[in-house]
Amino acid sequence: MSDDPDAGDPRPPLFLERQSYRRRRLRDAARALPVLGMLLWLVPVIWPTGPGTGQGTGVTSSSALIYIFGVWALLAGAAALLSLRLRSEEGERRG
Amino acid sequence: MITLNALIGICLAYVAFLFGIAFFAERAARRGRVRWLRSPLIYTLSLSIYCTAWTFYGAVGSAARTGFEYLTIYLGPSLVLVGWWWVLRKMVRIGRSQRITSVADLVSSRYGKSNTLAICVTILAVIGTTPYIALQLQSVTLSFEVFANRGAEGQNTEYTALWLAVGLALFTVIFGTRNLDANERHHGVVMAIAVESIVKLAALLAVGVFVVWGVSGGVASTLEQIDASRLGEWQMNGGRWVGLTMLSAAAFLCLPRMFQVLVVENDDENHLRTASWAFPLYLMAMSLFVVPIAVTGLSLLPEGANPDLFVLTVPMALGQEQLAVLSVLGGFSSATSMVIVAAIALSTMVSNHIVMPIWLRFTGGGAAMSGDVRNVVLLSRRVSIAGIVMLGYLYYSLSGGGVALAAIGLVSFVGVSQVLPAMLGGLFWRGATRAGALAGLTVGFVIWLYTLYLPSFATGALVSDAVLQDGPFGIGWLRPQALFGIEGLDPLLHAMLWSMAFNTVAFFAASLASFPSPLERLQGAQFVNVFQLSGGPRSWSGGVAQTEDLMIMSQRIMGSDDAQRLFSAEARRQGVRGDLPEPTPDFLETLERELAGSVGAATAHAMVEQIVGGTSVSVEDLMAVADETAQLMEYSARLEAQSQELARTALQLREANAKLTRLSVQKDAFLSQISHELRTPMTSIRAFSEILRDSTGLTGAEQSKYASIIHDEAIRLTRLLDDLLDLSVLENGQVSLNLREGTLADVLDRAAAAAAAADDVPGLSIRRDDAAEQVMLHTDLDRLAQVFINLIANARKYCDADRPELTIRVAAQGGELRIDFIDNGSGVSPEAQDVIFEKFARVSDQKAGGAGLGLAICREIMTRLGGEIAYLRGQRGAAFRVTLPAHLAMAAQ
Repeated sequence: MSDDPDAGDPRPPLFLERQSYRRRRLRDAARALPVLGMLLWLVPVIWPTGPGTGQGTGVTSSSALIYIFGVWALLAGAAALLSLRLRSEEGERRG
Repeated sequence: MITLNALIGICLAYVAFLFGIAFFAERAARRGRVRWLRSPLIYTLSLSIYCTAWTFYGAVGSAARTGFEYLTIYLGPSLVLVGWWWVLRKMVRIGRSQRITSVADLVSSRYGKSNTLAICVTILAVIGTTPYIALQLQSVTLSFEVFANRGAEGQNTEYTALWLAVGLALFTVIFGTRNLDANERHHGVVMAIAVESIVKLAALLAVGVFVVWGVSGGVASTLEQIDASRLGEWQMNGGRWVGLTMLSAAAFLCLPRMFQVLVVENDDENHLRTASWAFPLYLMAMSLFVVPIAVTGLSLLPEGANPDLFVLTVPMALGQEQLAVLSVLGGFSSATSMVIVAAIALSTMVSNHIVMPIWLRFTGGGAAMSGDVRNVVLLSRRVSIAGIVMLGYLYYSLSGGGVALAAIGLVSFVGVSQVLPAMLGGLFWRGATRAGALAGLTVGFVIWLYTLYLPSFATGALVSDAVLQDGPFGIGWLRPQALFGIEGLDPLLHAMLWSMAFNTVAFFAASLASFPSPLERLQGAQFVNVFQLSGGPRSWSGGVAQTEDLMIMSQRIMGSDDAQRLFSAEARRQGVRGDLPEPTPDFLETLERELAGSVGAATAHAMVEQIVGGTSVSVEDLMAVADETAQLMEYSARLEAQSQELARTALQLREANAKLTRLSVQKDAFLSQISHELRTPMTSIRAFSEILRDSTGLTGAEQSKYASIIHDEAIRLTRLLDDLLDLSVLENGQVSLNLREGTLADVLDRAAAAAAAADDVPGLSIRRDDAAEQVMLHTDLDRLAQVFINLIANARKYCDADRPELTIRVAAQGGELRIDFIDNGSGVSPEAQDVIFEKFARVSDQKAGGAGLGLAICREIMTRLGGEIAYLRGQRGAAFRVTLPAHLAMAAQ
């Protein structure tokens, strides 16, 4: 049997060794990342908009663009980091 | 100045270049050099067919009209890929393990390989995609018109779309249906679209860089210009922001073309890892310069200029001809790559789920008939590709282009997203059933048609104004764009909300209410627990199938080489002679999966079914689905039993080893004993014969004394050798028995007398039971007597009591005659009891009367006579039990 935790151990052990513990948390991070991204990209919804917000009171387009693309770069960077970490973890496991 | 003709020439050269790339990639793939063709980078780039001409040109147009809404189209897919661990990983794993060929195949396969579902999804996909193809044709035509209208002569661009459609169909047919690969992968096409995706990114980035640094003068001033423009402030309908993001995420998963590149063309699950960050980056790069280009276009170009073409017209207005051509090529790339992949994906679905089942039905039970199915499949694919592209062209020419078409992109997104509940439900919920999927799809599809698709055509074309205003037959709450009287919603959001809501509710409710078939439940378990279950379910009842028929059929689908390779590999695995393996359920399952790679799960299932004659879901399969806990318990119980057995075996081995060690020690002792036994008489024989030879003057009495010593010693030697010979004869089974009749009493008498004569130590008294001894025997009496003599002699020799006494008990019991020899000595020590019947065994060294062969001979004799001799435990002295079978013994008359 492979030691992939997804391989379905009937009774998962209560405590894991340090390495497997880290691996699981990395996966948790990989799962949480899109949720984080969604939340960050939901922020524009609460920015003041509409005809009432005249010049100077709303969020300027440039700062909106910087925010959205900043989140984008952040997400891609975090995903790259996670994917590298996950890959090296798997590599160690196989090697 | 570049004319239209020059532009067409450039485009043709570009197309030729793409042909070359595709051809080269195909050739490299056929030579097995697929490693660099299948790098994660190529995979990521191929995903970019998500960015069609609609997004290439339309994003800027959308930004110019409505601000930042265009971003949502990119945000959704970015989230999906960043969250690959949730859905995509599972989808790709299932796609690879079940050999899924399309979205329709995925849904059909999950819900018990139902072809009805596959047909529904296929129809939905075709209806949803055709306008989208039309959109691509339109955008290329528009971009060509920009060049055409500029020229003084006003060239005709009427047939641009038609020629484009024909060219695309040709390219797709050539590289998309080149082979009916078991994996359904197209290296040439993937390579070409990867190159195209670089071209379109480069084009957009080049225009963007030119606008930001060439026109606006740097990042800071660009941002200032943006703030100063019409788009200067964040304007966003929150509902649309959230809704469109979700919609694009859903469509990204459900679009047939995206499924094709994401799952079907995927070569290695690990490529997803790279794509998880690289593709969001690609999307980010694609959308980075959209707003600057839009702002520059708005300020630079006259009012009323089509903002959808800013990417092209801005560089042109600034005299950057090369840049404009590059931008046309970018748009051209976006359009063509989308059409090619969409046509491949749709044609696979159409041919696998509509044409093949019909063909199978019309050819009757003829899956094993003559004729090449491969050709049928390929032909139907080619026709489907041409048909789909032409349908797109027809749609374009009938709708007349225009704004109506531009809106169709999102409409089409909502349409294909109707597959999402059935798909995600199927991936994550075991309780999802075929009825649920069918209900959800139908409801969603109908609501989408009614509220969005039909009204999206020019007003009054398909849905009259009256219906839009007052509802059908004047029923107000059924108004297409205000269902249940909820007005004021954005039409797109309205349709999306209602269709998805009803779709999901219907899917869920029907799933809860219905009961899945066994095959459905098996497939459900396979899909939902794809990471746990490694093996497939055994759903074929083997034995009925004719391997030869299967072989014929597979050859026609997979090609004879591949089919023969598969069959002979299986035959080797099974250890069967020849090339035809037994149709075991395992093999049928493998075969079906291989075929599914070419013609889809439902068709493959149907074809194998035609030959095999039916599926059977065994009780074990159901057990496996119903309760994996039971499986695991069974597994651990088996493990436990195995380990117990191992422990028992180990114990036995230890015992055997100890016995062997003891025997080895005894053998050594015996060898030294026997050489000693042989040497002693030999020495005296030699000594006395030398005396006889060398001494003169011996008296007659002396001579006869010495001679008789020599004679006695020779007899001793002979006896020893006789014993050894006797034993070896008995062991080899060469002995012939001399069967006679006589009473047990006689035999015992003879034995007692002989034993007494053989040994002159007096004092052993023998107690016998005369009455019981009156038993007639029919056996080899001499051999039996030999056993008795040995036992009595042993008692005489080894009994260490002061007044040695031997009791002989006879009893007939349970069909056996038992004769026990019990003395009153100290008996045999427990550790010696195991080995006394072995050949070289001697209980003690001090009374070296024999060579330790007696009991071994006794055991051999008794085995020959059909009885046995054993040491009897629990008596006070040494006790032996001789057992004779009843048919050898008859009560005395």
